[in-house]
Amino acid sequence: MAENSMTTDQRNIMKFDPKDHEIALSTEDLHVFYGKSEAISEGDLQFERYKISALIGPSGSGKSTYLRSLNRMNDRIATVKGKIMYRGLDINSNDIDVYEMRRHIGMVFQRPNPFAKSIYENIAFALRQRGMTKKQDLDEVVERSLRQAAMWDQVKDDLNKSALALSGGQQQRLCIARAIAIKPDILLLDEPASALDPVSTSQIEDTLLELKQNYTIIIVTHNMQQASRISDYTAFFNLGKVLEYAETGDIFTNPKVDLTNDYISGNFG
Amino acid sequence: MNAKRIDKIATGVLYGVAALVVIILVALLGFILIEGVPKISWHFLTSPALAFEAGGGIGIQLFNSFYLLFLALLISLPISLGAGIYLNEYAPQNTVTGLIRTTIEILSSLPSVVVGLFGYLFFVVQFKLGFSILSGSFALTVFNLPILTRSIEEALANISNDQREAGYALGLSRWETVTKIVVPAALPSIITGVVLSAGRIFGEAAALIYTAGQSAPALDFSDWNPFNISSPLSPLRPAETLAVHIWKINSEGIMPDAKAVSAGSSAVLIIAVLLFNFLARWLGKRLYKHLTAE
Repeated sequence: MAENSMTTDQRNIMKFDPKDHEIALSTEDLHVFYGKSEAISEGDLQFERYKISALIGPSGSGKSTYLRSLNRMNDRIATVKGKIMYRGLDINSNDIDVYEMRRHIGMVFQRPNPFAKSIYENIAFALRQRGMTKKQDLDEVVERSLRQAAMWDQVKDDLNKSALALSGGQQQRLCIARAIAIKPDILLLDEPASALDPVSTSQIEDTLLELKQNYTIIIVTHNMQQASRISDYTAFFNLGKVLEYAETGDIFTNPKVDLTNDYISGNFG
Repeated sequence: MNAKRIDKIATGVLYGVAALVVIILVALLGFILIEGVPKISWHFLTSPALAFEAGGGIGIQLFNSFYLLFLALLISLPISLGAGIYLNEYAPQNTVTGLIRTTIEILSSLPSVVVGLFGYLFFVVQFKLGFSILSGSFALTVFNLPILTRSIEEALANISNDQREAGYALGLSRWETVTKIVVPAALPSIITGVVLSAGRIFGEAAALIYTAGQSAPALDFSDWNPFNISSPLSPLRPAETLAVHIWKINSEGIMPDAKAVSAGSSAVLIIAVLLFNFLARWLGKRLYKHLTAE
């Protein structure tokens, strides 16, 4: 710990030049409090459009808290201060319609959480709640989303089966399909593969690389191989602070911050 | 003594205690059923009770029991559902909601005879409803509300928070998430809770003696206008239920076959309550299966 506190001043945070990079989402001076304790004290990041950005760091470093603040899933649990800029809007302000905002910034969670409904309904349900009622339209979106999540061929004959009967990996892909069915701009993923076996994990990774063409993806992961395999940019969190944010290749081969190096070489965390 | 020996003795004692419980239960049920089932006939189940002669039935009491049960559930289910949803989904964790929870716990342990006397003073006397179906179903509601609320709250609490987050992440409001995702997912256990509470209501006597009354006036089963006092649906008529009937026969029954009527009624009551329990399990399992697999 003493070592950590000595080196936390050392930081290396990349900023994009807006001329060459389109920023999909960025945070400015973000602080997150659980009660009185501060979980995130410095979190200023920019996320480029149609790229995969990975958030890594040891347990309790605040990476999940940070991610969950981005679409305000922490609203009732924590106090989030600072700005979250999306399309020129501060979505952390009080006048934002949170429910509408989450249709633009979707989320997939650590544990697969399909609804206790059929596979079809898992996807169609939220669409219907927002007024898409024509069976033909719904069928179309269900098929397209399941195809994008690379599971259409496996489940196309079982659409009326309960989603809870699927395997863990399939459930998680259904959750991804469900999230992209409402066509968000940005997809937040909170360790989406940590509860899955290696085969399912690599399928999910393939799916994410595929989705990158149309979505901005921000993913929290414990798995450093995963971060290096799929992400374009990587942010390293420690003790509630972003210590380093750079291109993934640089982070893994040439980290500028000592702690990043310690972490990726497995010395702590 | 060594650990192995102690374990053997403990196992033996536990088996013995469990066997004792089962034996008592089987003996009790067996006695009631063996005594009562031979008395049950179509005539017994459908004809009205006779006060002074042999050969009376329990038709009206049986109807009253179901009617009161129906009304009590009709009133208590929406209230309990609302209260359960509020407590589990909306209420902040503070002293006020803590107080509400404690109150509900106290209410649920209230002896039913106290509920009956309260119902008598409040509904029968104060609100001048008289000994009536209405007074009875209100008393049953008071009796049922805390338990049903608790069981619905628990059913909702058992739904993983992941489900709520999944709803929020799709841009659904809290209300949409609760009504369209959480409540449907909790439905199997909610229904189990409702049916089990129905069994308790059905067998309840003490809360009804002073509210729904102890008389079962003749009913005209061809008249279904609830505003006529002789109609079975009339909510303002006194209505002795099956459980109250059993209590009454045993305390002041003067018909020559009082023992037989009592035994038959008890068997019918026990069978009905058992059916409610089996129905609850069956429905709960069916719904759970329906939700988790085709």
